[in-house]
Amino acid sequence: MTTSPPDTVMIARPSRRRPSHPHRGRRRPFEPYLLIAPTVLLVAGLMVVPVIIVIAYSLFDNVVTNQNPQFVGLANYLTILADPNFWNAVGNTVIFTVASVVIHMIIGVGFALMLNSKLVHKVPRVIFRAIYILPWIFTASVVAVLWRLLLDPSGVINYLLRALGILQEAVPWLGTPATALLAVTVINIWSGYPFFMISLLAGLQGVPSDLYEASRVDGAGLIRQFFSVTLPALRPILFSMALLDLLWTTQQFTLIWATTGGGPINHTEVLSTYTYKLAFNSYQFSLASTSAVLILLASLFVAIFYVRQQKKASLF
Amino acid sequence: MSIAIRTRTKRNVGRVFIYLALLVGAMFAGFPVLWMLSSSFKSNANIFAYPPKLFDSSFSLQPYVAVLTDPVKIGYFVNSYIVAISVVIITLVIALLAAYVFSRYEFRFKSIIRVVIIGVQAVPPITLLIPFFGIMVGLHLYNTYQGLILTYVVFTLPYAIIMMTAYFDSLPRELDEAARVDGAGSLSVLWRILVPVSVPGMVSVGLYTFMISWNEYLFALTLTQTDDRRTVPVGIQLLMGQNNYLWNEVMAMSILGSIPVLVLFLIFQRYFIGGLAAGAVKS
Repeated sequence: MTTSPPDTVMIARPSRRRPSHPHRGRRRPFEPYLLIAPTVLLVAGLMVVPVIIVIAYSLFDNVVTNQNPQFVGLANYLTILADPNFWNAVGNTVIFTVASVVIHMIIGVGFALMLNSKLVHKVPRVIFRAIYILPWIFTASVVAVLWRLLLDPSGVINYLLRALGILQEAVPWLGTPATALLAVTVINIWSGYPFFMISLLAGLQGVPSDLYEASRVDGAGLIRQFFSVTLPALRPILFSMALLDLLWTTQQFTLIWATTGGGPINHTEVLSTYTYKLAFNSYQFSLASTSAVLILLASLFVAIFYVRQQKKASLF
Repeated sequence: MSIAIRTRTKRNVGRVFIYLALLVGAMFAGFPVLWMLSSSFKSNANIFAYPPKLFDSSFSLQPYVAVLTDPVKIGYFVNSYIVAISVVIITLVIALLAAYVFSRYEFRFKSIIRVVIIGVQAVPPITLLIPFFGIMVGLHLYNTYQGLILTYVVFTLPYAIIMMTAYFDSLPRELDEAARVDGAGSLSVLWRILVPVSVPGMVSVGLYTFMISWNEYLFALTLTQTDDRRTVPVGIQLLMGQNNYLWNEVMAMSILGSIPVLVLFLIFQRYFIGGLAAGAVKS
């Protein structure tokens, strides 16, 4: 395994006497390279090289399945970009992602503000916070089976909606074309908001309380306070959380794969399930690689915004 | 007087309002989990009983017994533990070495290596999946622990390095320079001086690493083939793939599969939240 070097390094270098020297790197110039070697090997071998491979795959025809793939230039890109299923997946990914991120943010801010309110006593605050964090404990695979149980036509959610008179008949939420995308989005909202909430709770602790005092003296109501004190103070966190969430949600695979598999009839097909199926269901590895490269480009686009924001934030 | 009373009433109305809102929120957050718990104690015949009850006459530990006496399902847990614990140890060791170098040395290529490490975090897993499949088959690591461990180490390493570098940067250099004056080698400085004071950072990175490895599904699905190498998230889905859904056992297994993360979270809550918040704000 490539992961053994650190141990060897540790054993092979007993505590040698060395004279004091402020310029550490100069004494044994190879030392930093030795210590960083495992990282460089792993990241180069299993991150950089695979990215190069996938880009190369996307430029050839019949890779993996054929011994002598043909170089086809950008032909695979033209095929993918002309595939209505690809654009269907893009559309679903955008709806799924934008709805998830926006509602994560709203719920995250709302819950964080409620938990942070001075009106709530200490013990209930701790209890509610524990309950609100709960969904975050469960991995997507578990979340998927749980919500399949809840959303089953004879499941408890359909029962409650009928008992409350909202529905006349049970709806197979995940199996109905009109509701499936809504259903997986709700599931993703449930499983993802705690991350926003936790970060915002930490952020709220950092808002100086004299800002609130000052705005109260100026006669600002709760709503004014929220928009003129809380929101501006949280803006940097909100912005970077939203970008991270955007990045992760566009890549969501497990939740959709394990609830609907992209169905019914492609109604919840997102870019990751579309790509996975191209590769491992229809063995079109070239087209799958092409789609994977397009997802990479989209992710890098978001990531650049994220890095820019981080740089700007660290100036203050 | 009357103003004081009015503000107090206003305050109480606000309090009632906020508690009501908190309860509604708690229903949304907690009810699904409560339902998972209750279903894991029912008989499979009563899962969809009408009207649904939280706990009914079929309440028993039978679903848990069924999961915990099935060697295949036990195997999923063993595999998950082997993989996750190995990943935590390997990632921490490699990340400590790298973070030490980033924090305490100047060398050529430092900034480019750093940029690459930060940059690869943006690479979507699905992009890596196809080449990984080929690489693992080529290295004869398909359907092995080593293949999964290697994969997760690479996924968790960048974050671990960034967090540990930030942690080391926050420690005064005088700390290790004093030891160097006494003639200690760099690894001994790292191990004896820096590591002991970096435990909170290591715990937070270790927890994150454990969670990623314990929860990962896509690569576990693609890079393993037989039950003796499959992990819990894949095992749960396999249970669902069978013709007659044993909902109660699936829920019991989901609960059991979530316990490690829950326990770690309860013990190390402070590190978890601190690490998460720090990661979100400035990683």
